[in-house]
Amino acid sequence: MNAPVIPIVPAPAAGPSRQRRRQGLKGRQVDPAVRAELRALLGDEPLRRDRLIEYLHVLQDAQGQLGTPQLAALAERLRLSQAEVFEVASFYHHFDVVREDEQGRLPVPPRLTVRVCDGLSCELAGAQALLARLPALLGAEVRVIPAPCVGRCETAPVAVVHQHPVRHATAESVQQAVAQGQRIHEPEPYAGLAAYRAAGGYALLRDCTEGRRSADELIATLEASALRGLGGAGFPAGRKWRIVRAQPVPRLMAVNIDEGEPGTFKDRWYLERDPHRFLEGLLVAAWAVGIEAVYVYLRDEYHGGRAILQRELAALAAEPPVPGLPTIELRRGAGAYICGEESAMIESIEGKRGLPRQRPPYVAQVGLFGRPTLEHNFETLYWVRDIVERGADWFASQGRHGRKGLRSFSVSGRVREPGVKLAPAGITLRELVDEFCGGMLPGHELKAYLPGGASGGILPARLADVPLDFDTLQPHGCFIGSAAVIVLSQHDSVAAAARNLMRFFEHESCGQCTPCRNGTAKASQLLAQPRWDRELLADLGTVMRDASICGLGQAAPNPVDCVMRYFPHEVPA
Amino acid sequence: MKPVEFTLDGRAVQGAPGETIWAVASREGIAIPHLCHQPGLEPAGNCRACVVEVAGERTLAASCCRQPAEGMVVHSDSERARKSQQLVIELLQADLPETALTRHNEVDDWAARLGVGRPRFPARPAVAPDASHPAIAVNLEACIQCTRCLRACRDEQANDVIGLAFRGAQAQIVFDQGDAMGASSCVACGECVQACPTGALSPARDAALATPDRSVESVCPYCGVGCQLTYHVKDDRILYVEGRDGPANQGRLCVKGRYGFDYARHPQRLTVPLIRREGVPKDAQAPFDPSDVHRLFREASWDEALALGGGTLKHLRDTHGPRALAGFGSAKGSNEEAYLFQKLVRLGLGSNNVDHCTRLCHASSVAALLEGIGSAAVSNPVMDVLQAEVVIVIGANPTVNHPVAATWIKNAVRQGTKLVVMDPRRGELARHATHVLPFKPGADVPLLNSMMHVIVDEGLVDQTFIAGRTEGYAALVENVRAFSPEAMAPVTGIDAATVRTVARLYARSRGSMILWGMGISQHVHGTDNARCLIALALMTGQIGRPGTGLHPLRGQNNVQGASDSGLIPMMFPDYQHVSDADARARMAAAWGVPVQRIDDRPGLTVVEVMKAILAGQVKGMYILGENPAMSDPDAQHAREALASLDMLVVQDIFLTETAALADVVLPASAFAEKTGSFTNTDRTVQMGRQALGLPGQARQDLWIVTAMAAQLGLDWSPYGATPADCRDAAARVWEEMRQVMPSIAGIPWARLVREHAVTYPCDGDDDPGQPVVFTERFPTTDGRGRFVPADIVPPDERPDADYPLVLITGRQLEHWHTGSMTRRSGVLDAIEPDPVAWLHPTELARLGVAPGGVITLASRRGQVSLYARSDEGTPQGAVFVAFCWYEAAVNKLTNPALDPVAKIPEFKYCAVRALAGGPAPAAGSFGGGQLLQAG
Repeated sequence: MNAPVIPIVPAPAAGPSRQRRRQGLKGRQVDPAVRAELRALLGDEPLRRDRLIEYLHVLQDAQGQLGTPQLAALAERLRLSQAEVFEVASFYHHFDVVREDEQGRLPVPPRLTVRVCDGLSCELAGAQALLARLPALLGAEVRVIPAPCVGRCETAPVAVVHQHPVRHATAESVQQAVAQGQRIHEPEPYAGLAAYRAAGGYALLRDCTEGRRSADELIATLEASALRGLGGAGFPAGRKWRIVRAQPVPRLMAVNIDEGEPGTFKDRWYLERDPHRFLEGLLVAAWAVGIEAVYVYLRDEYHGGRAILQRELAALAAEPPVPGLPTIELRRGAGAYICGEESAMIESIEGKRGLPRQRPPYVAQVGLFGRPTLEHNFETLYWVRDIVERGADWFASQGRHGRKGLRSFSVSGRVREPGVKLAPAGITLRELVDEFCGGMLPGHELKAYLPGGASGGILPARLADVPLDFDTLQPHGCFIGSAAVIVLSQHDSVAAAARNLMRFFEHESCGQCTPCRNGTAKASQLLAQPRWDRELLADLGTVMRDASICGLGQAAPNPVDCVMRYFPHEVPA
Repeated sequence: MKPVEFTLDGRAVQGAPGETIWAVASREGIAIPHLCHQPGLEPAGNCRACVVEVAGERTLAASCCRQPAEGMVVHSDSERARKSQQLVIELLQADLPETALTRHNEVDDWAARLGVGRPRFPARPAVAPDASHPAIAVNLEACIQCTRCLRACRDEQANDVIGLAFRGAQAQIVFDQGDAMGASSCVACGECVQACPTGALSPARDAALATPDRSVESVCPYCGVGCQLTYHVKDDRILYVEGRDGPANQGRLCVKGRYGFDYARHPQRLTVPLIRREGVPKDAQAPFDPSDVHRLFREASWDEALALGGGTLKHLRDTHGPRALAGFGSAKGSNEEAYLFQKLVRLGLGSNNVDHCTRLCHASSVAALLEGIGSAAVSNPVMDVLQAEVVIVIGANPTVNHPVAATWIKNAVRQGTKLVVMDPRRGELARHATHVLPFKPGADVPLLNSMMHVIVDEGLVDQTFIAGRTEGYAALVENVRAFSPEAMAPVTGIDAATVRTVARLYARSRGSMILWGMGISQHVHGTDNARCLIALALMTGQIGRPGTGLHPLRGQNNVQGASDSGLIPMMFPDYQHVSDADARARMAAAWGVPVQRIDDRPGLTVVEVMKAILAGQVKGMYILGENPAMSDPDAQHAREALASLDMLVVQDIFLTETAALADVVLPASAFAEKTGSFTNTDRTVQMGRQALGLPGQARQDLWIVTAMAAQLGLDWSPYGATPADCRDAAARVWEEMRQVMPSIAGIPWARLVREHAVTYPCDGDDDPGQPVVFTERFPTTDGRGRFVPADIVPPDERPDADYPLVLITGRQLEHWHTGSMTRRSGVLDAIEPDPVAWLHPTELARLGVAPGGVITLASRRGQVSLYARSDEGTPQGAVFVAFCWYEAAVNKLTNPALDPVAKIPEFKYCAVRALAGGPAPAAGSFGGGQLLQAG
């Protein structure tokens, strides 16, 4: 298997020669030819520092890699130091940073890259076998690398040929896609602007801007509906609008479609079907809160979704449903789960490494570019129109076992009908599987389930009757998060699942804080040992949970802790 | 804002607004572990060793980032907090190497304090060391990713070389793009080493692993910024240097200050008095080799050398009159040495023929400032850039020549200050600038006049200031009328719109400050250049407040003090003109001599002395620590002049190019071997303290001056100088200076010793000193500032068909002045071993020279061959060379034409031609990277 990132070969240890010292200034100088090449790609206009990642994408797309000479030229254009560009480029896994050799030559980029999802759902469905077989089958010119969850768990296992997702992938179907030159993801049919408007779309937005609805009324409705942030944190949406609206102008908005939690694919699901329902929610929120500019951050893996958003944002700009729309910038992630964390996403939008910030201050007060920022998950905005049009009660009255609202469960694993299931909040796992997923796969019996993706922990079958919602799983050491449910059966090893998940966290840790950076790495090492050191793992879990900066590190020990708590007999000993 | 009351470890405590929990704890004497946090750096909160438990919160909080809230209950020592603190330390320690890389590994220190035992976690994979840098060893196996180095490099020094690249457990400190440190753009300021808590970045060759015998608080011997530092000494050698919290540097240093300290123990150090061998002529043409000293000189006793040198000078004085003698002091010596030396010249040699290298640096700035506002010192300290809204840097390259000053400028920019850089050459500062104006060499006056034209034209002047505090404005208005930026654009090469924008920016801002360097002063129109800058400040009222004013960046560590102390031919100490009868009377009284003993005519300046020697008027010289054979324009001419003297006494620590032409050479003390006061560019007087003993028979400079005085008939024994220790003598000299210099009257020696630094003017013991002056009036006779209009004076020697290029001279980061110290410093010499000429790549292509190839530069006065360096920052049609290379002494080419007012030569402009090829410059017995190679 090839390495996920082309390794950087360290430069020779000895310092530069006397002759090199005579020749020029210290450090790598910009090659005028590369300067011209960059101009051809990026144009002559002044570049913006916050768009650094966009420029890196342009270079990576054009050249198949990012050479150090190109990064040096880009740094010069942006009046940044080379270190400032290099550290960003090397942070994101979708950028292949390569170094010039002694003669100044760059390696030839791979002709094609095939990414095989090794998220838990895909691993259950045979991803490792694909990873083992594909390199020989596709030949040396094709780079085959594992990738963290690509957000298509309902069709596991998934391989992505350049940008083309191969669903229910087999070695043969991937080979065929490669041979047929399938490289991009042309979106499946969806409701475009005309269709959406024809069905009454953007009437709510017009009502707002034309004075038929007030912001206060909207906020009151949202509060009454009990709509909570559906990215996973569950902060009440109406209260968030109220808080940000009270902050000084200019206020900004950041929309999180960096849907990277393994097992989660609901945002993609809706985006690929009904993008304008989301966009109208976005514009209504921006109107109600008084937002000057909106930044939509979409994970790089959603190539089809990006094409849709590019098209539909252009359509909106060409045919605005109301005058005076805020500017909306679409930003492309670059392969970093951590950028789904709200403050890491803000850093990334600013063109930096995706390192979560210390709180306080909260992003509502000091967010994007230091301004008060309304940050929302895709799905939260997706429901705004329906809740306002149908009324708070419509939403709040759904729910079971004393809970309120609807949840979009992304269900994958050993069920008969995986997919996005819009179900009452508070539904139990057993009800979800039986009523919405056609039951377990033949030959599989429920053994365990992940209620909230990689972070939410693992529960045993005996806790399949606990209501699934915010706040209901904490007593069991778990949480619902983005409602990504992965179902395991008697054929699956929870210890192996824990290893898979810890490997994911290690791969995706931003590296900022000690408990997470060292903790995930050490935990992976400890879990790989034939005998688990329970005491040490428990200590590690304590410091990660208590002292990590953000939720990634705080939640990373959950699966291991759950295995030790609920499946002590399966702990390698 | 009110203080915040909260509870910390059961104690009721108060936090000041903005204060973090960690800071409060530290103040309260509660030790909370911390690694990534270092006072002075922005908190990062990444190591998590400082986590505390805040009652009611789900997770622990980083106390270095978290500010307390009213009524908060915080525990730094609860079981839960301690557990995480210990585990963080254990996790980090698990990855550290067994071998110590520093004497103070903070992870180990905290592990011991928290009782963390042997780490239970498996270690990370090994990381290869990087030994590519001559000064800094990189051992990332000890790196804990705390980013203190990164913040030191980026937030403090704003060099931006260090990054944290990659992700997760692969996260790695990198230089530029993960390059070897030695191959990166690192300027070796060493701030990262000073910041590193584990020795992952450490002084190369284990320099800091030995335990010092003692640590001496002193100041840097190089530029005028005046950074305070600490010498760590063992066995009478300096092991390493650390920045100290001085007013100008706040702990920061640059490569010279941190690594340029070992020259004093170079094998070529002079340790015995020398007398020229009989029959060995002074050959101004001969290449010389300081390791070959015995071919030219024989060793002598101090008595013999002093008797010959001093006695001959006395004889010349008595035979040919006092004006047949001259003395050059040095801006590298202390105030006390400068003062005593000018006193020796004035009383012992008997005339005002005393000067020093200020003549070659800021003489024109001084002339214009004295004329315009009555004082030559800076109006505001460098640090005031942090309070300015607009900063103009013109004719200066502070990232190279005043690196720590440049850090404050860069810091100001990142806080929002707008920076305008005006210079024909583009340096590193340009990257940080809001506007860069690369005007044509020599076009300073038209550019500045066109700015003033805009300010007048658009009514941006400060009428109140002009009316209340200036005179001569009408003439200035008349003068700038013809200088519209549109008309001047072809002359300056700067488009009118840019000039208008910058003029508006400067005039309208809440506070605008101008800093300049030798690009302004070293022209035949240097005084005019400075007059324009003064006029800009006066017409807009951008002076007399914090964050405004005029700051000529002083080059040498004590050029301000040496000038203050009277080491100039037309002024007594404190700038009292020698033609002023009252001043003469005051000096005579203070010195206890009849007023007739004191010369009432200004003496000869540096370049004038050389001409006078060749004209047979000056026959004997005493030179203390100056190297005119390298630093004078048309250096060959200067060398011939020096060689023709009947008696040349040179007092220095090496056999410099000047000393090689001497009759008597007196082995003196290096900076770190003596104690004295030094005045930096901010007018701050600081203590330099003796850290090392003297080698061989080398003597204290102050003692040597008194011994020479004795030869000239002066009894200066009351100063109590002794050959090896002049600490008490320096104090006595200083106290005498205070009697004749009102500016420093309020600074007793004991206060300097106690406070390390005091800024003048200072009226008394309880006066903290005045960093910002001219707040109410200017120290002119009528208290008003004077506008002095300037017209275009072209450079003296324009390029033509035979000599088509403009030669600009200056300095390079690693090498100081004529290179006598820095080229003998192992690290500095290793980084920049060879003489280089900087040319634009297009120019190089035109000449057919590959970067690194040999090129020969020739002017009407001489030629040198050296290596061609490709530099896009040097304008086409120009070549830049530093004057530190003895094997390619570029001052053999420069033009001795003088500014008529200040007598400063035009180092920044002469016509040369360049040819590919020539003899490869021969590195002699020092330089060329030999010292580190020799081990």
